[in-house]
Amino acid sequence: MATLKITVNATARTVELDDPETPLLYVLRNDLGLTGTHFGCGLSQCGACTVLIDGRATRSCVTPTSSVQTRAVTTIEGLGSPERPDPIQAAFIAEQAAQCGYCTSGMVVAARALLQQNRRPNEAQVREALAGNLCRCGSHARVIRAVLRAAAGGR
Amino acid sequence: MTFSRRDFLKAGGVLVVGASLAPSLARAQTIPNADRFLGKPLEADRVDAFLAIHADGSVTLFSGKVDMGTGGRIAMRQIVAEELDVRPERITMIEGDTALTPDQGSTAGSYGIARGGSQLRQAAATGRQALLALGAARLGRGVEDLETADGVVRTKDGGASASYADLIGDKAFGVALDPKAPLRDPQRFRFIGKSLPRPDVPAKVTGRHKYLHDLTLPGMLHARVIRPPAHGATLKAVDESSIASVAGAKVVRIESFLAVVAEREWNAVRAARQLRAEWTGGTPLGDHATLFDSMRASTIVREQPITRRGDVSALDSPGPGVRTLSSTYRWPVHSHGSIGPSCGVADVSGDRATIWSSSQGTHRYRAAFARVLGLAPERVRVIYLDGAGSYGQNGAEDAACDAALLSKALGRPVRVQWSRQDEHGWDPKGPPQLLSLRAAVDERGEVAAWETRAWLPVSTANLPHLPFLAADAARIPQAQGRATGLIYQNIDPPYQYPNVDAVVRWIPDAPLRTSPIRAPGKIANSFAVESFVDEIAALAGADALAFRLKHLTNPRGVEVLRKVAARMGWQARPSPKPADPNAAIASGRGIAYVHYKHDETLVAMGMEVEVERASGRIRVTRVVCAHDCGLMINPDCVQAQVEGNVLQTLSRALHEEIVYDRERVTTVDWQAYPILTFPEVPPIEVELIQRLDAPPLGAGEAASAPVAAALSNAVFDATGVRLRTVPFRPERVRAALAGRPA
Ligand code: FES
Ligand code: FES
Repeated sequence: MATLKITVNATARTVELDDPETPLLYVLRNDLGLTGTHFGCGLSQCGACTVLIDGRATRSCVTPTSSVQTRAVTTIEGLGSPERPDPIQAAFIAEQAAQCGYCTSGMVVAARALLQQNRRPNEAQVREALAGNLCRCGSHARVIRAVLRAAAGGR
Repeated sequence: MTFSRRDFLKAGGVLVVGASLAPSLARAQTIPNADRFLGKPLEADRVDAFLAIHADGSVTLFSGKVDMGTGGRIAMRQIVAEELDVRPERITMIEGDTALTPDQGSTAGSYGIARGGSQLRQAAATGRQALLALGAARLGRGVEDLETADGVVRTKDGGASASYADLIGDKAFGVALDPKAPLRDPQRFRFIGKSLPRPDVPAKVTGRHKYLHDLTLPGMLHARVIRPPAHGATLKAVDESSIASVAGAKVVRIESFLAVVAEREWNAVRAARQLRAEWTGGTPLGDHATLFDSMRASTIVREQPITRRGDVSALDSPGPGVRTLSSTYRWPVHSHGSIGPSCGVADVSGDRATIWSSSQGTHRYRAAFARVLGLAPERVRVIYLDGAGSYGQNGAEDAACDAALLSKALGRPVRVQWSRQDEHGWDPKGPPQLLSLRAAVDERGEVAAWETRAWLPVSTANLPHLPFLAADAARIPQAQGRATGLIYQNIDPPYQYPNVDAVVRWIPDAPLRTSPIRAPGKIANSFAVESFVDEIAALAGADALAFRLKHLTNPRGVEVLRKVAARMGWQARPSPKPADPNAAIASGRGIAYVHYKHDETLVAMGMEVEVERASGRIRVTRVVCAHDCGLMINPDCVQAQVEGNVLQTLSRALHEEIVYDRERVTTVDWQAYPILTFPEVPPIEVELIQRLDAPPLGAGEAASAPVAAALSNAVFDATGVRLRTVPFRPERVRAALAGRPA
């Protein structure tokens, strides 16, 4: 049993793990109750598990928890809430940019990482930034519009 | 109209389940205190099965149909709000809980609104009449003097009123559904026809929406099931010592059903990877390389004529000046491809079971789970919780059965999470389809005869449910057979050609387990039919749009085609487009039309493409769709469904094919089974036709049907090359451009 200290959504947390290499995804979901980060493949192929680590979009399904002990983890829950959505989430709501929504939190987080690096991306850059995020329901067109809307300040 | 999303959240649109809650609450599905309704009427001919009005004036809507992300959650509220005359934000909805909702059949076939919603509408309309009658008694006035307004019955002169809460709060309606209860005048709709925002979206985009995958129960174990390395293999031995190093991990074995469980999910994952097991035998799968040849050579269970009219003898003995044409179209096996692999949670103890599932048919599967568990159906409760979109039937029911068997064996609640490889490898698949078409074209360019022969895997008659993987492995007897859905529809052209012979040749086998997949069969059938119409038009030197309109008698069909043509700026000319054969990129446009099942939604689809000759890569640059599904309850939700249908089907047509060797599926992740990605997504323009006075026809599937045909027609227009086998991957397109068989 290993005791690890990690910082998630600006809060210091301590977790006890049998295996310190446990992917961050499972720790977030099962130990910290942050179930907005989703399991889609465990293979770094779909983006459903995307979180920010020191501001960069990262696949939590292949990130050993031991590797993030000195870094800042931000999950979808750390961005905003239904009552106080962050600007990207507000844009997703305005565009109704989710169907089943299983892929959506990963896309919101990936969009956040993009807008932090590039405040006014064009459409091609949005598509490129989300190229690794898969959606089966076909919400893509609305997601692109939502990210562009957020980049334009919500309009 | 003011309509705050916050109100919805307050009204209970957000689920609250989780480890921190008492078990009774966790058990109470998604709505706190839902269990207080246990014992309520469930018969689908009773108003109380669908609706309850509470002492505070709020309303609970009990829906046997569920919302997998399609918008039913708002649309059903709009229907009730309209007909019962309450505000939508006052309505809480409980979906797909077998103990609380009426059995309205599976949520499938685009019938969620068309049938489920219509039933609900009638229930709400009946409820309003009952309230008027109660109001009449209370106010001492005749019903004809009364009206309703936002949860109140009042006299038309405004003198006296009584709230719904006062009239019936927390009491039963006690009336049967009246199929003749008057419906609201469509000209005065307040909620139906409006694009109200969906109540689930804010929670979904902020990570607060609780999915089935997020459900935890006190004492719950995490499980992973180990499927055999070859289909039908028998488990010979398990080396339990191989997982000794994983804390708390345990093996569960029932015959050849093998699983590992652990308190911690990651330990279950590790144990599943580490476990050594020995398997023998198995049932060899067919040869993937010769799938379509073996379908054509297969024994035929039954021939089913779909359309027969006139005389098609011109096909075999064409008169002078008559040309004949024949083509074969192939549609491969597809996975439903849910982004979240299937999950199931079960709590089986003693003679009771509660099963949480994202099944689109919780009512139907209750009896199935009961049978496998050896329980009476009334002892089993299946509660719907959202999963990732499933588009027919993915692995959800199998995962639920996995969990139920494990929970029964262990006496503790169990959560089974399938891996990505499990989902791609073992979800029941969309069946392959093979269609051969022939036509005779006379000297005027008219279709003198049309023939369709479709080789399709047959559904087993009266199969109660898809056989569970786990039950087979555990040697629990269950009915065997396959389900493919209504895959025979739309194999015949939607145009009034005088001589048509369209026949299904039902074949007994399919390479893998099958289940309905979105728009069952109709995508491949329309792909064949609408591509072949294009082939005939090209042979006749006719414009593809004019050629269709000439024999299309349905005015609503004409309207959608004309709308697409107008928006695309369609230039009448024959295909292919005259082009420089040496240009690196060839561009073209195509059109296709479907009248879904010949009596439902009407869709025209236009597409513009660029084909990169050197690589064979197809880029879709524009999609235009006109869509008439009759009455739209919520146009924005319809629009989202159309977009989703287009993109999902483009993905299937451009990229997807399940491949298997003699033992198992080999395309078990997103690398081997790629789907459409953001950079490929074309702009989609959708024109929706609202018909307030017409019945709703369904929007969940129809727009997927013409997609592959529009695509192949556009590629033909650009290159003069006809693609008849899906997927249109670059290597296949390159081969076709080089004149090799594709
Ligand atoms: S779950 Fe991590 S990328 Fe798919
Ligand atoms: S919204 Fe369902 S997978 Fe993207």
